[in-house]
Amino acid sequence: MLNIKNLHVKLEEEDKQILKGVNLSLEPGKVHAIMGPNGSGKSTLSYVLSGKGGYEVTDGAAQLEGVDILDMEAEERAAAGLFLAFQYPVEIPGVGNMTFLRTAVNAQRKLRGEEEMSAGEFLKVVRAKAKDLKIDAEMLKRPVNVGFSGGEKKRNEILQMAMLEPKMCILDETDSGLDVDAMKLVAQGVNALRDDKRTFLVITHYQRLLDHIKPDVVHIMANGRIIKTGGPELALEVENNGYADLLEETA
Amino acid sequence: MAAFSQNTSSNRAVRDAQLIESSGAWAKEARMAASERAQAAGLPQRRDEYWKYTRPDAFVQADVPLKASLHKSLEIFYQRNTVPVTFEDGKMQSAALPCAAHCTLESLASASVLDLHWARDIYGRLEAAGQTPVKRSLASVNTAMAREGLMLHVTGAVAAPIHIHATSSGQTDAVIHHVIKVAADAEVTLIETGQYGARTNIVLEIDVADGGRFHHIRVQDGDDRHMLTHIFGRVGAEATFKSFTLSAGGQLTRNECVLQLVGDDASVSVAGACLGDGHFHHDDTVFITHDAVNCESRQVFKKVLRNGAVGVFQGKILVKAGAQKTDGYQISQSLLLDDDSQFLAKPELEIYADDVACSHGSTSGAIDAQALFYLRSRGVPEAQAVDLLTLSFVAEAIEEIEDAEFAQDILDHLTETLSGR
Repeated sequence: MLNIKNLHVKLEEEDKQILKGVNLSLEPGKVHAIMGPNGSGKSTLSYVLSGKGGYEVTDGAAQLEGVDILDMEAEERAAAGLFLAFQYPVEIPGVGNMTFLRTAVNAQRKLRGEEEMSAGEFLKVVRAKAKDLKIDAEMLKRPVNVGFSGGEKKRNEILQMAMLEPKMCILDETDSGLDVDAMKLVAQGVNALRDDKRTFLVITHYQRLLDHIKPDVVHIMANGRIIKTGGPELALEVENNGYADLLEETA
Repeated sequence: MAAFSQNTSSNRAVRDAQLIESSGAWAKEARMAASERAQAAGLPQRRDEYWKYTRPDAFVQADVPLKASLHKSLEIFYQRNTVPVTFEDGKMQSAALPCAAHCTLESLASASVLDLHWARDIYGRLEAAGQTPVKRSLASVNTAMAREGLMLHVTGAVAAPIHIHATSSGQTDAVIHHVIKVAADAEVTLIETGQYGARTNIVLEIDVADGGRFHHIRVQDGDDRHMLTHIFGRVGAEATFKSFTLSAGGQLTRNECVLQLVGDDASVSVAGACLGDGHFHHDDTVFITHDAVNCESRQVFKKVLRNGAVGVFQGKILVKAGAQKTDGYQISQSLLLDDDSQFLAKPELEIYADDVACSHGSTSGAIDAQALFYLRSRGVPEAQAVDLLTLSFVAEAIEEIEDAEFAQDILDHLTETLSGR
């Protein structure tokens, strides 16, 4: 699904290398988790993959289903099936959540040369999916993320994901700022979207989220590289021993 | 149609002998007094502090400065039930004046030939009261010369909004003077759309008696017209006054709004959203005087500018001694979509009471990169994402409109305007 080869990235504005040769191969239908200490480059990886400005790729490549994505605009990557659930979803006052969702769904369809979703059909679909995430009509009407609690914002991210039906989902610290109940709800939403084709890359600091979203593969990232890859037991190891041992191991 | 003004040294400029001759007693008196005010004050000059950010030249020169193309106006509010009043090339189509319960509609042309009329207590009076501390002589010129306008007397709750729609061939000047009297506890919504002329000088005098409620929604578009408007309002105790203006076109617009809060517990709001593109200069000049206890005033102005467009905001809150418990709010913000556009803001507070809460803020900024990325990462192309963020930016001003349906109409109109450019 997503293949990342020898990815080197620096900040555009300053001469600071953040990713120093990331290699990842994510198969269809699998859930990969990336864990790692602060400043290891996890969020940068998610931003570079989804097309945020301010970064310069100095070497390497990333392909989504065999197509290079690093030269594509953010919206083209989205239309190609990539989705990033933000760590800090942005508030957009004055733009209704529903309007935003419909604009996004139809913009992607247009970019793919598909027919737009009618207002009626859209409403039916969004109501059903919102219900599963315990998002009420009021929350759909409110401006995007304005006045939402931390949990509501993250649920709203998952709703967008459910509506856009991406092939490749990147979740950037989706557990941050969530209490246990909110995390369970978000994890349920994610698990409902799991199937044998859709791939997930779950970025997190803590093993906790992975109790609810069970990963197939766990990677440890440090200092701009993947330093270790293993099964779910690797996450437990981190939980018990911290990153220090792993860092020493590979140093 | 006479020009707005001519040379100030010539009496002919602001005193149209024939017009004064044909006026009834009250109008004659008002026009003579206004003509004297204009003569004494002189016309605005480029060096006037009050005109520092906007050149008055186009408003004071004798000839219509251009043939304006005005056809760009998009339909708005057509699905709402309103009481229509139409102007063609600056002339009110009074033969077709509608009737509505709890109000009377007349033309200035017919009211001004009478010797007695209710407008006597308002026409030119509120304008005259608005001449301190700065002279607004073009408004006095308007009082002296205007032949056309709507005289609206509201005596109860008027169910459907009064909707003035103006059309023009785009070759004439228009001098229009509306007078609105809202009686105690009465309520009305006035909508203004379309263009009165290539160059327009419009005055609205609005008197809202105690407990009255006045709502004003105005849409100013058109391609290259020049427009000067003045609102003079007097707001009584527990009364409400709300005026919202959307400007999405025109070369030069100056909207002045002068409000006096004369009764306790009154509440006023003046808001504007403007989209400026290219050869576009838009000036909001607001002066709100608190002269009573426990009143609230809000000024909310949002300007989105690109391709060298210029936005100006001059806004002042004056709190007189004794106007305790005043709650004044003023915000003026611009979203600059490129480096060529500019926003000039002069927010002012002048407070002579010691128990008041007044806040003001003014900002200029570019599109928020993180918000833009958020939208694009959801598949929204850049241009469309910028439009959405533009709508987001002006939303606070649109929220000042009390009626949610009309606010939605304005939003839809903006969306349509944005997608068409």
